Amino acid sequence: MPFKKKPKPNPEIPTSALPDIIFMLLFFFMVSTVMRENTLKVNVLLPQANQVQKMEKANLVANIYIGKPKEPDQFGTAPRIQVNDVFITLDQIQQFAVESMANVPEVDKNRFRVAIKGDVGLDMGIVIDVREELRETEALKIYYAASKGEAE
Amino acid sequence: MGKKKRDDVGVNASSMADIAFLLLIFFLVTTRIASEKGVYRDLAPKPEGEVPPVELNKRNVYKVIINSSNELLIEGDEGKISQIKKDVKAHVNNYGVDPELSVSPKDAIISIKTDRGTDYTTYLTVLDEILQGYNELRAEYLTKELGEKITVEDFLEISRQDTQVNKDRYKLAKDKYPLNVSDAEPTGSGGAK
Repeated sequence: MPFKKKPKPNPEIPTSALPDIIFMLLFFFMVSTVMRENTLKVNVLLPQANQVQKMEKANLVANIYIGKPKEPDQFGTAPRIQVNDVFITLDQIQQFAVESMANVPEVDKNRFRVAIKGDVGLDMGIVIDVREELRETEALKIYYAASKGEAE
Repeated sequence: MGKKKRDDVGVNASSMADIAFLLLIFFLVTTRIASEKGVYRDLAPKPEGEVPPVELNKRNVYKVIINSSNELLIEGDEGKISQIKKDVKAHVNNYGVDPELSVSPKDAIISIKTDRGTDYTTYLTVLDEILQGYNELRAEYLTKELGEKITVEDFLEISRQDTQVNKDRYKLAKDKYPLNVSDAEPTGSGGAK
């Protein structure tokens, strides 16, 4: 009796589901992506701290960036303050804080915080100035942005 | 003439995966998973008008002074950052035992005085150490009070106060160990650097 040859299984891996898998990954990243809203004009490398808390939702936070300008030829090397997309001076901080606070819905007012995102190379002087300006307003809750790590 | 043979009507989908890959890579590169963190601080409002200085019992105040060369003066002596956490815990949790330290956690005050030339990082590290001391005390207290293990990490989670349970627990800890950290008026004008 002649042996019946078994039909060879198709050695190829079925790839028809591949696009679906990729699309699923794609949707995941699309949903979780937070686009950077404003371009930084200052260099900010956050310091490290141990007792950090996660920040509130982005719409409850007003960011103040402090650092050395990225284009020293144009803006000099002294630390500057940036909010949204522009440099501001110290006396505009109060106005900024009040305006940001006004944009927050009434129910979340007490969760509003100002984030001070200061570069590691800063001196306290400018940070104190900003802090003193904020003390004049009602935006008294702040946090110093830091990345989680063992502080030196 | 014979009927023309019908072409395959399916859309060629083999490049779909490539297109999806391209999009995927784009989003992979631009994604920044929201992970912003920070050291929380509540500022004291500016007093209105002239306020007479409050007479504080000296023993209740734990003073840290940082000069423009980032050297520490703790309670009048040269100090190191590494001792702050232990000191703060001892100071706050003293209950009047040591006559040099605080009367009770409610009276204990930590004062940080910086110079305008002090490094921001140094200030933040000192603040962080103080908070660590407080948070450890609070976590220990909650562990004892609730009968379940609360670590410092857990306490940081609790202090977000996002649920009613966490709100209550945070209040419990805060009432026992209120955080009295004050930023004293800065000294100096930056100093030569």
